[in-house]
Amino acid sequence: MGIRFVLLVNKQGQTRLAQYYAEHLTLDERRALEGEIVRKCLARTEQQCSFVEHRNYKIVYRRYASLFFLVGVDNDENELAILEFIHLFVETMDRHFGNVCELDIMFHLEKAHFMLEEMVMNGCIVETSKSNILTPIQLMDKAS
Amino acid sequence: MEQLKTIGRELAMGSQGGGWTGQSKEFLDLVKSIGEARSKAEEDRIILREIESLRRRIAEPDVPRRRMKEYIIRLVYAEMLGHDASFGYIHAVKMTHDDSLSLKRTGYLAVTLFLSDDHDLIILIVNTIQKDLRSDNYLIVCAALVAACKLINEETIPAVLPQVVDLLAHPKEAVRKKAVMALHRFYQRSPASVSHLISNFRKRLCDNDPGVMGATLCPLFDLITADVNSYKDLVISFVSILKQVTERRLPKVYDYHQMPAPFIQIKLLKILALLGSGDKQASGHIYNVLGDLFRKCESSSNIGNAVLYECICCVSSIHPNAKLLDAAAESTSKFLKSDSHNLKYMGIDALGRLIKINPDIAEEHQLAVIDCLEDPDDTLKRKTFELLYKMTKSTNVEVIVDRMIDYMISINDNHYKTEIASRCVELAEQFAPSNQWFIQTMNKVFAHAGDLVNVRVAHNLMRLIAEGFGEDDEGADSQLRSSAVNSYLRILGEPKLPSLFLQVICWVLGEYGISDGKYSASYIIGKLCDVTEAHLCNDTVKAYAISAIMKICAFEIAAGRKVEMLPECQSLIDELSASHSTDLQQRAYELQASLCLDSQTVEIVMPLDASCEDIEVDRNLSFLNSFVQQSIEKGARPYIPESERSSMFSVSNYKSHYQHEASSHTLRFEAYELPKPAPTPATPQISVSTRITDLVPVPEMTYYTENNQASKLPPVSDASSADHGIKLHLDGVQKKWGRPTYSSSSSTSSSSEKKINGVTHLDGVSLQSRGTSYDSKGQQSEVSAEKQKLAASLFGASAGKTEKKPTSTQRAPKANTATAERPGVTGAVSPEISKQKAASSPSPDLLDLGEPITATTTTIDPFEQLEGLIGPTPGTSTLDNSVTTSEQKAPDLMALYTDTPPSSSSSIGSASGDIHSADKNLQMAKNVPAIKKGPNPQDSLQKDATARHVGVTPTGNNPNLFRDLLG
Repeated sequence: MGIRFVLLVNKQGQTRLAQYYAEHLTLDERRALEGEIVRKCLARTEQQCSFVEHRNYKIVYRRYASLFFLVGVDNDENELAILEFIHLFVETMDRHFGNVCELDIMFHLEKAHFMLEEMVMNGCIVETSKSNILTPIQLMDKAS
Repeated sequence: MEQLKTIGRELAMGSQGGGWTGQSKEFLDLVKSIGEARSKAEEDRIILREIESLRRRIAEPDVPRRRMKEYIIRLVYAEMLGHDASFGYIHAVKMTHDDSLSLKRTGYLAVTLFLSDDHDLIILIVNTIQKDLRSDNYLIVCAALVAACKLINEETIPAVLPQVVDLLAHPKEAVRKKAVMALHRFYQRSPASVSHLISNFRKRLCDNDPGVMGATLCPLFDLITADVNSYKDLVISFVSILKQVTERRLPKVYDYHQMPAPFIQIKLLKILALLGSGDKQASGHIYNVLGDLFRKCESSSNIGNAVLYECICCVSSIHPNAKLLDAAAESTSKFLKSDSHNLKYMGIDALGRLIKINPDIAEEHQLAVIDCLEDPDDTLKRKTFELLYKMTKSTNVEVIVDRMIDYMISINDNHYKTEIASRCVELAEQFAPSNQWFIQTMNKVFAHAGDLVNVRVAHNLMRLIAEGFGEDDEGADSQLRSSAVNSYLRILGEPKLPSLFLQVICWVLGEYGISDGKYSASYIIGKLCDVTEAHLCNDTVKAYAISAIMKICAFEIAAGRKVEMLPECQSLIDELSASHSTDLQQRAYELQASLCLDSQTVEIVMPLDASCEDIEVDRNLSFLNSFVQQSIEKGARPYIPESERSSMFSVSNYKSHYQHEASSHTLRFEAYELPKPAPTPATPQISVSTRITDLVPVPEMTYYTENNQASKLPPVSDASSADHGIKLHLDGVQKKWGRPTYSSSSSTSSSSEKKINGVTHLDGVSLQSRGTSYDSKGQQSEVSAEKQKLAASLFGASAGKTEKKPTSTQRAPKANTATAERPGVTGAVSPEISKQKAASSPSPDLLDLGEPITATTTTIDPFEQLEGLIGPTPGTSTLDNSVTTSEQKAPDLMALYTDTPPSSSSSIGSASGDIHSADKNLQMAKNVPAIKKGPNPQDSLQKDATARHVGVTPTGNNPNLFRDLLG
């Protein structure tokens, strides 16, 4: 499976984007899970490593200004690669929005999702070329 | 000035057509209020209000389509923030019918976020997906395929499968890629539904487009995981793809931080690791490209290290190759020496993989490992415990398990507590140096994680106390038992104990509480009664307790002493006789009955210390013969054996029929047979002891079996290890249970030698660890004595392992401290030591690599390596290099993670210097080198201004709202 979920949370712990790949969780399950892992990750200092073990999987997280990007992965996943995947996602959004900030993602939630849809399918990383990721989104913008 | 900028920005956004101005005031207000919410409660209030208004307005007739899209996104917000928006699902489904691509895709997105794949509304979407898969617009096809991945369930796969298969040959690469992934999804959902289409994945591997090829690796990885052997023919293809990638033959767009398609490289390495595992021929094809990768990968960038780590994983998985193992070990040591915690974590993980192949690699990194173990970072600590678990042997088990238990006590996470408790138990069972230590360790584990460990563990413990050292040493046995009784009586004083632990305590007190005469029967009975009262105990504990009381009474009667019934005991019996549990009732009545028996009868019913006796079940029930005879004489009908009662089936016939029935789960129409007479245990004591003799086998440790596959072990040790694996081995090998230790099993020494080894080790360890503590106390060096001591107890022993003399084992840690203390003299000291070592160590043929190269891996001198850690010496130039490079690279790596600008970031600092003065917020701005691709940072200022213009102002509570994520 690889990636179980991608979660964007700001440093107050408010969810900014959530996408689950492993199984469909009910609202309550999602709330509980997000609360638990966000508490865990936000409590860590910057010197500590960017990986947290949680139940039977791991969370790889990275902080950009006020936003935390949390990616839940299976235990056999390469943590460093996931860390760079997060960065690639941010770079891609940065190329699209230009100096992306938390508000860009809030105002264009669906676009952030579309980019993620291009990059990850079935919990696997399927596309890593920024131009390939953004082409469909730019075409869609033009059409509308 | 400010205003001008704002206008400029607005204009720019207007021309893009994708700015915030495209959205309604309401939406902007919603986002603004969510962004400014100070607490979860406030956020909840906002969303609840929003839901109320949406509920009303979404149902209005003739909502404009653009407006509807916004409503749907607002619903997504509501669900994302944890509120039910199911009233709007149907509108999202309707939106998927829209002709506009942007609206359709938003509709699909909302539906995939809202609905699970078994939702009732799915059936409404399948039709739309079918239609869209036929669309001329490839973007619509893509949107439908993405939705299909999320929404199509097992039942609806056939509805779209033919179209998806057709799309595998679509002219657009984006469509082919997504079709591959849709098929992958169907395979995940229901492998049988696409089993005839698997060959398509092989075909798509040769796709002209690297994106399609890269995506195809995902399903292939799953397929290969499930069945390695069917894909061995692809090894050469995968290797050649990997070669092409590393030679930069892929388009530039796949580069990431100057690295050619690193994510594809990693996926390929994962696949090759699977294919090469335990396959010498396949591995042979892989060696070359792996060697190239080790040379080419830059360890200066994060992504380079990610690929390097994957290479290490691959090397440790495939058939071992000495050169590659060297390269892997070198990379691992770079990771471990890095300042970055992330790299240390990867290093510890890599080390755990490599020591499976060559246990000696760990020695070089003893201090790094101990640093990680003592690091406040929990993640790193856990990873290190995992490593220690993998390298435990009889020489270091005490230190490791003690550390594990201390850590176990300190954490609250039940999931991990269970895991670490079961690991402690596993290690203690395998490597315990003495029974005393074993019982103390078990007491600690039980006391702190008793309710989390497996019942089997409790039974093993009881069995160990009962069987002790073996038949020949009764003195030691009773000493063990009385020490167990003593410790349990002490522990009973504690307020709260786990139920499983209480069961063990009750059983031991019942069997051995009065056996050494130290405690009186009434004292023990009183304690047992306390157990049932004080600890809100469950029926099982009560049953154990009352059986224990019965045993003590029986022993007293058998010894000819009079049993005086304590009032609390009497009330316990009364209470249990009226219990709802028939088991407890029976036990209480049995106790009462046994009190009235004479001493001879009691001795037969409740023999002293009989828990280890084998119970022979008289299947013919011959002791009932006279009773049967009497009954028949009185006119009872004779017993007709089952087989003769019904001519339909014989017993064996019945059995096979039963098995068949169990497997097929079909309805049976014949009447059920009479229940087979089960021999009921005569007394509860017997039932307890049967359970104990029926020990569940101790599971093999996984790494061990893997090692067996990887390196050819001599058949002798193989057989003995299998034998040891089956159960706690207590009779054959004295004072040392479990299978032989790691290195001794993989060495070529015979099994008899091993036994001697095991015994001498025991003495060696205690002596040695004590010796070190004395040594290091006086000699304070750069590396703290405490750590040295720990290192010696964890690794030092293993250094001596290859040398057969225990005396040199004791010297090893001393030498370590000496070299560490006086870096100036190291040159003089180290050759001496290494000479010594070279002389005393036999050629360590731990690996049979099939190539004449063992010398390079196995003769790494741990002392020389250690010097590399402490001070530069001329002899270890490679190590010195690695130290300096890692030091040079460290700031760069850190810069990638740190939020605050590191001191060495002047290059970026100068670029954004003017903005620093302009915007206070930027003082904490991220600085990420090499990704300044977005427009001028001034854009962010303008964006700030625009945000204020539309009414969103940063609040004190959320000052970072506008901070750019990058640069």
